[in-house]
Amino acid sequence: MQIAPILAALRRHRVATFLIALEIALACAVLCNACFLIVNRIQSMQMVSGVDESALAFIAVDGYAPKRAADLNARMVAGLSALEGVKAVGIINTVPFDGRAAMNGVTTDPNRQHYDHTVNTYLGDPASLHMLGLRLLAGRLPTQDEYRPIVDSFVPKDSLVLVTRSLADALWPGQDALGKEFWCVDFHFRVIGVVDHLAIPQPEGRGPGRGDYSVFVPVLPQDQLAGTYLIQAAPQDMPRVYREAMMAVPKIAPEVVYDHQDSGIIGDLRRLYFRSDRAMIEILLGVILALTLVTALGIVGLASFWVQQRRRQIGIRRAIGATRADILRYFQTENFLIVSMGIVIGVVLAYALNLLLMKTYEVTHLPAAYLLISAVALWVLGQFAVLGPALRAAGVPPVVATRSG
Amino acid sequence: MFGYYLDLAWRSLKHSKVLTALMVLAIAVGIGASMTTLTVMHLLSGDPLPGRSGSIFYAQIDATPPLSPNHHDEPPDMLDDRSAVDLWRAHRADRQTLVVESPVKIAAQDVQQPPSMGMLLSSTADFFTMFDVPFQYGGPWSADDDMRHSRVAVISADLNDKLFGGADSVGRILRLRDADVRIVGVMKPWRPTPQFYSVVGGRFSHGQTADYYAKPQDVYTPFFTGLDINDGHFEQFNCWSPPKVAGHLVGAGCVWIGLWVELDSAAKVRAYRAFLADYAAQQKAAGRIGHADNTRLRDLMSWLQFNQVVPSDVRVQTWLALSFLVICLCNTVGLLLVKFLRRGGEIGIRRALGASRRQIFLQCLMEAGAIGVLGGAGGWLLTLLGLEWVRAQPVAYADLAHMDTAMFGATFLLALLVSLAAGAVPALHASRIAPALQLKTL
Repeated sequence: MQIAPILAALRRHRVATFLIALEIALACAVLCNACFLIVNRIQSMQMVSGVDESALAFIAVDGYAPKRAADLNARMVAGLSALEGVKAVGIINTVPFDGRAAMNGVTTDPNRQHYDHTVNTYLGDPASLHMLGLRLLAGRLPTQDEYRPIVDSFVPKDSLVLVTRSLADALWPGQDALGKEFWCVDFHFRVIGVVDHLAIPQPEGRGPGRGDYSVFVPVLPQDQLAGTYLIQAAPQDMPRVYREAMMAVPKIAPEVVYDHQDSGIIGDLRRLYFRSDRAMIEILLGVILALTLVTALGIVGLASFWVQQRRRQIGIRRAIGATRADILRYFQTENFLIVSMGIVIGVVLAYALNLLLMKTYEVTHLPAAYLLISAVALWVLGQFAVLGPALRAAGVPPVVATRSG
Repeated sequence: MFGYYLDLAWRSLKHSKVLTALMVLAIAVGIGASMTTLTVMHLLSGDPLPGRSGSIFYAQIDATPPLSPNHHDEPPDMLDDRSAVDLWRAHRADRQTLVVESPVKIAAQDVQQPPSMGMLLSSTADFFTMFDVPFQYGGPWSADDDMRHSRVAVISADLNDKLFGGADSVGRILRLRDADVRIVGVMKPWRPTPQFYSVVGGRFSHGQTADYYAKPQDVYTPFFTGLDINDGHFEQFNCWSPPKVAGHLVGAGCVWIGLWVELDSAAKVRAYRAFLADYAAQQKAAGRIGHADNTRLRDLMSWLQFNQVVPSDVRVQTWLALSFLVICLCNTVGLLLVKFLRRGGEIGIRRALGASRRQIFLQCLMEAGAIGVLGGAGGWLLTLLGLEWVRAQPVAYADLAHMDTAMFGATFLLALLVSLAAGAVPALHASRIAPALQLKTL
């Protein structure tokens, strides 16, 4: 196939060629960035929580008198344990994907001059730690007498804690975290165990790996930690058990107000937490679909016009020996050239759009693979779109050459 | 002439129905997507106090104590209670109010409803005048109530509907936790967008700011009354030492209160800046705070901008939709070009019969305009659908998504502009058609 005659023909239709190439360039830029955002969102939605989400539910209540917190805990734990199907009940301040989240800065500097990392602290009793079922990578779990009372509504003064692997790597890169110390104000922590994963309650937007910067502090709840409970049941029983627990709470503790927003089976809390991401993925898919359609229509429209305009020339070519396949290939090659032109401009636009997104989101540079995939997708799209008009062109009989007009 | 051109355009559009439909559809989809996102953007980035926002300011000093690590360039987003109350008591602004939000258990006497949790805003009497809060029954409490810790409250229209079925509830008693307060005012439905007076911490929110558009609080009480009755349930914005008792923040090493002031002249703004600096310097000299030179007084819109209130998802959606509109535009230009040039013969005849280039250009432009109007109508329908979809989204601003007259007009204007812009290049090409060449090929 000779390219020179095609280019010569395109030069006579500069405006139309440029327009369709520009359309493809823009489509290419939006397509790669949209795909990139979709993959980013899917990755963040696949965040590993480190706990058995379908076997655990979180129950949060408000409106009790702080003075009667210890009494409320006793009633709630006894009442919830008595429900059929409940395997265990624990007291914990929050769970992954829950709205109740408090962050604090921590430092490994004994003089506490620089706070370099922000972590989320889980406070829980022995039952809750057991129920979370965290995978211990090194060290040990706290013993019974290492669960200590909370001081100043924060944590115990000296805590023996579990940290996640990603936090251990961030605080002590390349070192064994076991036995290491860190501080928050004058509260002291010593690591006794490293766990594989424990997602922080609101893991999104904190940067790579930071969605897992959790510390588990073993505590004795007493009257300092109340109103938030973890229940465990077999996954198949959980929906029923959770419903019954919700109904049982007003009987167990008539004075409290059930917090429907922050309570739920952890799997449901996860779905709720990520629903805006799901909505964004839907939008992006919609944009990609509409984009593909509009671009394909543009190609079909222009190619149809050119085929109609060149009927005589096609007839002449056919009359002097060109086969149907030659005509078909002419239009396909022409389309390939236009799309390629578009892709070349599109690469520049794609990086420009990516820079714009980097200002808004914590996204990285666009990997080249997305450009490659988008380019291939657009080439295929172009070939499909031009196929109809090109077949019509190939069907032009040689006799057309003898007619005028 | 106009009527004749319109008739020509209509005939031409009818002549190739599929091509016309494609162009109208492309414009409609592009307009629908852009206008949906632009409407949301317009709603979310608007001025919550039009005409007043320039004289409303958010006051900040850096209350971090001396020798505290982690000094940042910006002061904390809120104040500790000591600084907040000192600055408010000084009454150096035309009006001033403190604001702090906290969850509260709400019940009403003689109402057969179980207690519920709601949000309490502790503020001062000026809150209602400063922020133009509309009332349906009663009115705000007095400055005297602020000083006397009066047990009075203003409630939202929503809470009044829920508890009292929308009746005039002024004088009735509301139970907040373990305290009784008397209702003195019921607001009309009020939906400041965003809920600007509670906006803090935007720079730590990573673009997830949809909650700034939540509905206003259910109950409003004088500042000190709120501190009395909801003690133990306040939430800190940040602490340099944890409070001794959870939720009891008075005197604790925490920032948790906002201060808004109204200053209606540049001279007063300058004077207030100086006042903040003096106060900070005096507190530093007394050894209570560490940094005297870190005060701010931003006006309302600057404060919203500083907090980047428009959620990043909305901003990206707008960019996507506008890129998509440009793609649709390119598409329409291409198709119109095809359409006009295909009619080369017809245009040639018209030129030969005496039509000027200008007239051909106008005729073609009229056709593009007609497509724009049709596309605009389609785009408007798609925008309504798009907004319906936004309302179904799980975001705090979902219920705000509606089209006002300005955006309705903007939809058609945008469609018309887009199609005229799309029509200009092809029309120019069509008008340059040489009559002789075309007549020869007929």
